[in-house]
Amino acid sequence: MVLADELPFPPSVEDFHLVPAWVSKFTVLVWIAVALIIIFFLVLYRNPKLVPTRGQWLAESFYGFVRDRVAGDLIGHEGLRFAPYLATLFSFILLTNLFGIVPGIQISTNTHIAFTAMLAVISYVLFVAVGIRKFGFWHYWKKSLFLPAPLAVQPILIPIEFVSTFVVRPLTLAIRLFANMFAGHVILLVFTLGGFVLLNSSAWFLKPISVLSWVMAIALTFLEALVILLQAYVFVVLTASYVQGALVEDH
Amino acid sequence: MHYLAADYLAAEPNPIVPIWQELVVGTIAFAVLCFVLMKFAFPRMEATFRARVEAIEGGIQKAEAAQAEANALLEQYRAQLAEARTEAARIRDEARAEAMNIKTDLLAQAREDSDRVIAAGREQLVAERETVARELRATMGQIAVDLASKIVGEVLEDEVRRRGTVERFMADLEGEGIR
Repeated sequence: MVLADELPFPPSVEDFHLVPAWVSKFTVLVWIAVALIIIFFLVLYRNPKLVPTRGQWLAESFYGFVRDRVAGDLIGHEGLRFAPYLATLFSFILLTNLFGIVPGIQISTNTHIAFTAMLAVISYVLFVAVGIRKFGFWHYWKKSLFLPAPLAVQPILIPIEFVSTFVVRPLTLAIRLFANMFAGHVILLVFTLGGFVLLNSSAWFLKPISVLSWVMAIALTFLEALVILLQAYVFVVLTASYVQGALVEDH
Repeated sequence: MHYLAADYLAAEPNPIVPIWQELVVGTIAFAVLCFVLMKFAFPRMEATFRARVEAIEGGIQKAEAAQAEANALLEQYRAQLAEARTEAARIRDEARAEAMNIKTDLLAQAREDSDRVIAAGREQLVAERETVARELRATMGQIAVDLASKIVGEVLEDEVRRRGTVERFMADLEGEGIR
């Protein structure tokens, strides 16, 4: 039972902080993600033609999806100028999320709240800045906080509006993505490492159950793939919808 | 026991607290990504989309122009055809009218001619009859005289009566001739 002693089981928060420093698995992965995305788009779009080739079509579809389905449909015609940022955001979250189920990497950088917090802060600054730029500082705040309601309700309504728009939004953005990735990683760890623990168990009848544990790990990997896509999409859609909320005219 | 717990807490990082180095690295990396993609990748895609739309719209416009031109030509041909038809109808009407005129003229002329011929014939007839009558009258007189000369031996005495008889006979002849 030497092996069992060496296995880090059960998984703990420590599994996410292997070498917390400037150069860690996470910072390196972020740079790799950035490099891969840049290479992907620049290589596939090095020689664009009116009639697209397969690679060009792939790159265009990705951007076109965010541009038309997210920026265009959610924000409207004004939203098209946010399409490049939203597409960048989507590609970054999608790839860093995907690292969580890529064999050999097996962990998403978004399991560290620093990265999701950074993205959430950008989204926050973006939608506030867009609103202030369109309506002016005071008008934007008035528009965001004063809802058409009886004056008597305003003392309750204004703090609620303030908290929900300017405090909760960035926090939920950051925590939603981080927590989903974190939880997904913990679940995969539980079933994968659990399999080894069962295999190394002293009770012989527990050993075959390790296969079941690994099957579960594989099945949950597919679920994780869905979560990865969905959470990347949700982050981008919410950012777009916050921008739309900041741009919309008075109630 | 207390010592152990403190140790554990120190070793266990809090996942909700961001690692500041990662914040810095993440921000820089993401900024680089944004810069490259938003400067070099997506604007080129927008340009391609625009070019594509323009190409399609240009094609449509070209087709529309060609269609319009074809329509104009067709309209022009139709107008020309209608004009030609009107012209032909006019010419036909004119020809018909002219033919009618010519016919009428010819008819009138023919009628005139025939009238003239008839009149001439009638005049000639009258003249010939008068000639014949005159000749006949002379011949008749001669015959009568001859007859009378032959008879003279028998009836000389009543010369006056004989002349009267001859005159009466002549008158009767003329009256019958006129009738």
